[in-house]
Amino acid sequence: MIEITTNEIRPDELRAGLFDPGAGAYCGFEGWIRNVNEGHDVLRLEYEAYEPLALTEGQKILAEARDRFPHLQAHCVHRTGMLEIGECAVWVGVSAPHRDEAFQACRYIIDQLKVRLPIWKKEHYADGHSGWVNCERCAKSA
Amino acid sequence: MKTLTVRYFAMFREHAGIDEENLSLEAETAADVFNATRDRHGSPEPSGHCKVAINDEMADWNSPVSDGDTVLLFPPVAGG
Repeated sequence: MIEITTNEIRPDELRAGLFDPGAGAYCGFEGWIRNVNEGHDVLRLEYEAYEPLALTEGQKILAEARDRFPHLQAHCVHRTGMLEIGECAVWVGVSAPHRDEAFQACRYIIDQLKVRLPIWKKEHYADGHSGWVNCERCAKSA
Repeated sequence: MKTLTVRYFAMFREHAGIDEENLSLEAETAADVFNATRDRHGSPEPSGHCKVAINDEMADWNSPVSDGDTVLLFPPVAGG
């Protein structure tokens, strides 16, 4: 399951949903808002998603992970809106029979989410400027 | 001539100053639509770094567009 939400992500509560009597391993990833990027002091991040396609593409990624790693349970939640330093922007949790496939599946899902989901983030800097991440070249020539 | 709805997201939306617009274009592919809007709004990001969807389905730049389609232009994504 994948969710897009404006609400706070609570990994401890989400993790409980992955319990499976056949699972011997759980692996979770949390992406946090940090206060610096490429030398700029960052105050907060603003996330925007095109939800209909973010959900369908996210479901495809989770299905791919389940095909690669049998008996996998997987769940992902991504935030949108304005997030402050230290907040959780994305959470991926998986459970699997053994740790190796749990680590690999979690890594596969977060790596794919980052490059495939129609989600964008705008950094708001301490100097009052802002910029869309991965769009530096566009911003410079705009 | 095809009448298309073009939707802009994130940086593209800010650059165009609008969420979406209806355009009449001589366009055969998604790339033609992208190029027409780039000329129109001056966004310089190459299409290879961007993604496109047609009627809520992810598409390729050489995907054909039809009269009445909604073309969604996505600047480089940055989830996570």
